[in-house]
Amino acid sequence: MDLRFTDEEIAFRKEVRAFFDSALPKDIRTKMEEGRALVKDDIVTWQRILNAKGWATPFWPVEYGGTGWSPMRQYIFLEEMQATPAPQPLQFGVNMVGPVIYTFANEEQKAHFLPRIRNIDDWWCQGFSEPGAGSDLASLKTTAKRDGDHYVVTGQKTWTTLAQYADWIFCLVRTDPNAAKKQEGISFLLIDMKTKGITIRPIQTIDGGREVNEVFFDDVRVPAKNLVGQENKGWDYAKFLLGNERIGIARIGMSKHRIRRIKELAAKEFDGERPILDNPRFREKLAAVEIELKALEMTQLRVIAAEGKREKGRPDPASSILKIKGSELQQATTELLMEVVGPYALPYQTDQDAGWNEPPVGPDWAGPIAPTYFNYRKVSIYGGSNEIQKNIVAKAILGL
Amino acid sequence: MDFDLSEEQQLLQDSVTRLMADRYDFERRNEYAKSAEGFSLPLWRQYAELGVLGLPFDEAHGGIGDDGVGTMIVMQAFGRALALEPYLATVVLGGGVIRHGGSAQQKEAILPKIADGTLRLAFAQAERQSRYNLADVKTTAKKAGGGWVLDGEKSLVLHGDSADMLIVVTRTSGAQRDEKGLSLFLVDARAAGVSRRGYPTQDGRRAAEIAFAQVTVPENARIGDIGAAFPVIERVVDEARAALCADAVGAMEAMHALTVEYLKTRKQFGAAIGSFQALQHRAVDMFVAVEQARSMAMLAAMTARDEDAEARRKSVAAAKVQIGRSGKFVGQQAVQLHGGVGMTMELKVGHYFKRVTMTDTLFGDADYHLARLAEAGGLI
Repeated sequence: MDLRFTDEEIAFRKEVRAFFDSALPKDIRTKMEEGRALVKDDIVTWQRILNAKGWATPFWPVEYGGTGWSPMRQYIFLEEMQATPAPQPLQFGVNMVGPVIYTFANEEQKAHFLPRIRNIDDWWCQGFSEPGAGSDLASLKTTAKRDGDHYVVTGQKTWTTLAQYADWIFCLVRTDPNAAKKQEGISFLLIDMKTKGITIRPIQTIDGGREVNEVFFDDVRVPAKNLVGQENKGWDYAKFLLGNERIGIARIGMSKHRIRRIKELAAKEFDGERPILDNPRFREKLAAVEIELKALEMTQLRVIAAEGKREKGRPDPASSILKIKGSELQQATTELLMEVVGPYALPYQTDQDAGWNEPPVGPDWAGPIAPTYFNYRKVSIYGGSNEIQKNIVAKAILGL
Repeated sequence: MDFDLSEEQQLLQDSVTRLMADRYDFERRNEYAKSAEGFSLPLWRQYAELGVLGLPFDEAHGGIGDDGVGTMIVMQAFGRALALEPYLATVVLGGGVIRHGGSAQQKEAILPKIADGTLRLAFAQAERQSRYNLADVKTTAKKAGGGWVLDGEKSLVLHGDSADMLIVVTRTSGAQRDEKGLSLFLVDARAAGVSRRGYPTQDGRRAAEIAFAQVTVPENARIGDIGAAFPVIERVVDEARAALCADAVGAMEAMHALTVEYLKTRKQFGAAIGSFQALQHRAVDMFVAVEQARSMAMLAAMTARDEDAEARRKSVAAAKVQIGRSGKFVGQQAVQLHGGVGMTMELKVGHYFKRVTMTDTLFGDADYHLARLAEAGGLI
């Protein structure tokens, strides 16, 4: 047992940090540091910078534009990215549909889509959830009926993140309504968002932002060649997609950045004679979060160190903790920021509404804090709610 | 970054685990507790034969120079077995003081005897008023003739009733809570003027209240320089805290395994109670708490030997907080999920709960260490 990083890993961390420091445009970095919303251009600009460096999809297999990094290098890369903080490449392309395409799609699809994902020439969004299919995803109702060399898609998706920017959507659709099990009649279909019959309705979330949407499909004709893999095998691909990203899901680097931010702000915001940071009660709450985060970091490192030695497709039992605990800690940091900002959480002064151009009410850093707190309630809900995660752990690990 | 055990460590783990499986089932454990010493002397000799009692000592002193991971392995196995032997008192605390603070002669005279199982030590540090403050010491040592005279009362001395020698923290100068002015002495537990009152602890181990009335010791009983003992005490106690974390992880993982097993076998309303979601989620929350504790026990084991006192202190404090909190949660829920039978002395689960509860109170509970870490500016 040894907690030290190797010289080679330390050198790699330096290289990554130096690159992020020099390559990330200043205005994007400032938005990230202050927790302000990014616009589409920010994400595209940054991902193209990464792509030029060969780092847009570092975790992909080398033949598809990956780097061949060890799990530890992948971890260091992600941690540095989150700690900078720099935006992550668009997850829906890079971490979700990309791996499904290089694992299950045909050569033509791979050749067309993968380079475009790397360079974010296509903005992807995810068409999984439906109004009646949240945690019980397999009960989805959107249908795709075969009609010659097309599928005709009808139904509705929801919680579609940033669909307003999207060029493409990857969808789970029901192709066999008569299958014995509801999981068996589902296919994985790629749909061009410009196709006739698609409408988007924004959903305003409690933070005031417009991050998610409803997407309606009304007799949308999708070329049959846009099917990924085999018809009615979509559930397998979806399970692969949802289980694919483990390294980085805990967002430890991001929570660390938040804690540094909390300390910075709490040191300059005064309550009477003393800064918030000097309030022992506040310090203890903060320290308690730091301890849990340290424990999770160690758990994460245990998972990564074991990653290479584990047979494929058999995740470390400890890895299931990462989502549950990681999301709780992300939320805890947003609560501490709320405590720091105190009464100046009150004014609604978000830059998510285009045209906000007023002088700040209270401290100039106050604006994003309450929206971030509200927004981050999502992290224990999306990607399989924490309750679903617990069901999975109970069954798969504890054998209950 | 590597969490694997070396070949030697794996061997150690296998042999200790096998020994405990063969000789430390629950019934026998409860018999050992009834003996005069409150533990098993034959087992103590077995540990010596396995090399466990000399683990942290140099090879020259009958040990194998373990870096902390071996202690973690052993303590975890002891926690799982609810072991009663004075390993923490003798090897980690007593041996630790000699190892870090003793002279070459003291090391040569004492460490090999600990390692071969013929000498047991206890660490007489706490006093009635001191709670978790290691510097709060009223017991005095005064220079007299060619030696020293000790006066005062020590409390909650783990295994102090059966130890052969006591390592006594005394004040030789300064005010009651000064870090400076503390001195360590090695005292024969049967010396004139030493009176010991032994008693069982809540978790079935032993401790003693020990009074020192005009106890005379020679000059060579002094460990380290006069007035300069605090850094040694703090370091040794940090190693003990790390060891306790491992013990608690052993107890927690055993409790969790027993609870999951119980959920699978206990039937109510015509079904295994483990099929109920409320209980499933509780079992998962326990699992998370155990794994977080395990991670921090590893961190503590790997940093307890850190020469950088600041880094060591913070890591160990953080680990003790995590272990205290996880232990409380896992213990309470293990009893809750067992229902009525969890309340009985007949089941192992309650004993584990008692053990982790008492572990939290040793050398600073979760609140104490949280306050300490918060004061020091946290980890990030």
